[in-house]
Amino acid sequence: MKFVAVTSCPTGIAHTYMAAEALEQAAKAAGHEIVVETQGSAGSTPIDPEYLANADAAIFAADLEVRNRSRFDHLPTVVAGVKKAISDGPGLIAAAVAKAEAEPKGSGVRTAAPATKVEANASVGTRVRQWLMTGVSYMIPFVAAGGILIALGFMFGHDEVVTKLYGGTFHGVKYADVAGQLPLGFPTGQNIDTLIAQAGYAGLCFALGKVAFFMLVPILSGFIAFAIADRPGLVPGIVGGLLAAAIGAGFLGGLVSGGAAGAIAYGMTRLRVPKGIRGVMPVVVIPLVSTALIGVVMLILVGKPIASAQSGLTHWLNSLSGSNALLLGIIIGCMMAFDMGGPVNKVAYTFATAGLASVGNATTGAPLKVMAATMAAGMTPPLGLALATVVRKNLFTHAERENGKAGWILGASFVTEGAIPFAAADPLRVIPAGMVGSALTGALVMSFGNTLRAPHGGIWVLPLIGKPILYILAIIIGTVVTTAGVVVLKQMSKTSDADLERAVEPVAA
Amino acid sequence: MSDLITADFVLLDLQADTKDDATRQLVQRLAAAGRATDLEGFLADVRKREEQMPTGLPGGIGIPHARSAHITEPTLAFARSSKGVDYGAEDGPATLIFLIAAPEGGGDEHLKILAALARKLMRSEFRDSLRGAATEQDIVDIVNREVVGV
Repeated sequence: MKFVAVTSCPTGIAHTYMAAEALEQAAKAAGHEIVVETQGSAGSTPIDPEYLANADAAIFAADLEVRNRSRFDHLPTVVAGVKKAISDGPGLIAAAVAKAEAEPKGSGVRTAAPATKVEANASVGTRVRQWLMTGVSYMIPFVAAGGILIALGFMFGHDEVVTKLYGGTFHGVKYADVAGQLPLGFPTGQNIDTLIAQAGYAGLCFALGKVAFFMLVPILSGFIAFAIADRPGLVPGIVGGLLAAAIGAGFLGGLVSGGAAGAIAYGMTRLRVPKGIRGVMPVVVIPLVSTALIGVVMLILVGKPIASAQSGLTHWLNSLSGSNALLLGIIIGCMMAFDMGGPVNKVAYTFATAGLASVGNATTGAPLKVMAATMAAGMTPPLGLALATVVRKNLFTHAERENGKAGWILGASFVTEGAIPFAAADPLRVIPAGMVGSALTGALVMSFGNTLRAPHGGIWVLPLIGKPILYILAIIIGTVVTTAGVVVLKQMSKTSDADLERAVEPVAA
Repeated sequence: MSDLITADFVLLDLQADTKDDATRQLVQRLAAAGRATDLEGFLADVRKREEQMPTGLPGGIGIPHARSAHITEPTLAFARSSKGVDYGAEDGPATLIFLIAAPEGGGDEHLKILAALARKLMRSEFRDSLRGAATEQDIVDIVNREVVGV
């Protein structure tokens, strides 16, 4: 069998190591494998998560609190004092065998705790990457679930699905808001009948996809904080991420809230506090204070500047309309790809949809071109990344390659968020590459003179696009350029994501 | 890095009735060599550790130890007692006594050596060779060979 053990003692120079030796000898004598983590003063090397994931039982021969105990939550445990291991190592091994036999692997009694493998001794840059990738690896399923539901909504509900859900006028027909806009409104049991009657099951798919998407940033932020500060990071990380989503800060806001929440929680767990308070620190004090602090950070330090930056950008964009069309296409392309659903992207998108509303039922005009450029530029980032995972597999982690498969349908459906996992894991390389591709696509669409009469829908609204063949060509060119940019930038870096992959893949239960 | 143990820190025929006395005799050697700057202060630290949990181990072993501000560098002192000294082990008095003294801060390298020493104490060949050693220098050589690796 495979065992793991933790030994520790008050002084950390003698019993810790003697107990480790005793357990190793006893395990060997009984024909078992064991890896002991000596949490003593000579520094401790954390047990390899992969080995830990496959262990049969854990032995705690520890007189001190086991550090990061949640790592062992998936295992049956034998708990004893450190001296017990020294005086009776074989007895503890036998007890561990009995526990493991009573509770065999896969019996479903326990599930693995969320895991990270942030190496304690890694360089700052590597650790930051590992934090980000931990967050991303937990976010990816939400992208796939939400993005594909939204794509299905467009596929079967066409471009009117959004109006039918959230109210407005479509082709002269007025619709009421039946779904409720997130973050304050959710589809509920009360409005579900009217929702389905008005928007159909396509609308339901779309609304559910939106709910899953709303969790992208909270999950990203929460698990970045978790990677930094372990369990205490989750609460401020998720709450901070919800606030980032609510203030429209996008995934970049989520990176900020995750990092800040992790730092706050980590700092608080390192505080030396009087014994009397120590017991209530993890359950009351740390969650309370860290959540309050992250609230201040997100709402005031982040939320306010974002709101004023958005109104500044909107103003600027409005002043540009009517000037050089090519330049406008480039700028809108850059903005769409910069934060993929974040505040800058929203400004460009709102600018385009406001223009669309202003032209009414006209079938030509500059605003229709801007809308076409906006959508095309929002489609290339996920498509470009999806293509990159195919042509250069080894630059991406397993989870990213899986996300790449969903990226095709998300990109085709103008769900720019499909590229967020890539951008969040490696923002400095993915964002510039995406911006170049989107800017090129935006400029091409403007110069081809494509038009679009729907504010969304991707290839599912192809009949509403003017000069569709050229439009697709523009998207393909931007996609290929994005792919090339990502591949070149990633190959220039020393450590690829794939190298870090082992470091962050969640440990399977 | 100076030696973990020297012949001056070895008592082959310890005469002591209590663990306090045994520990004191060993610490005196450290104080004489300047490794313990405050004899009483370090003894108090060792006693404090001993009160938390006796350091006697099965097989006739006692390992009084402490990390202390009064210690200048990681040091091992060793005593052999033919009639044994009670260090609180369940199976009887300790005939091999290892005093492990570590400075409060302590570099990683030093602490790793102490960790290696602790692991060796669990090996019966190591204990037997210490029991059979004829001279103080033999003890020093065994420890250096087995633990420090020189």
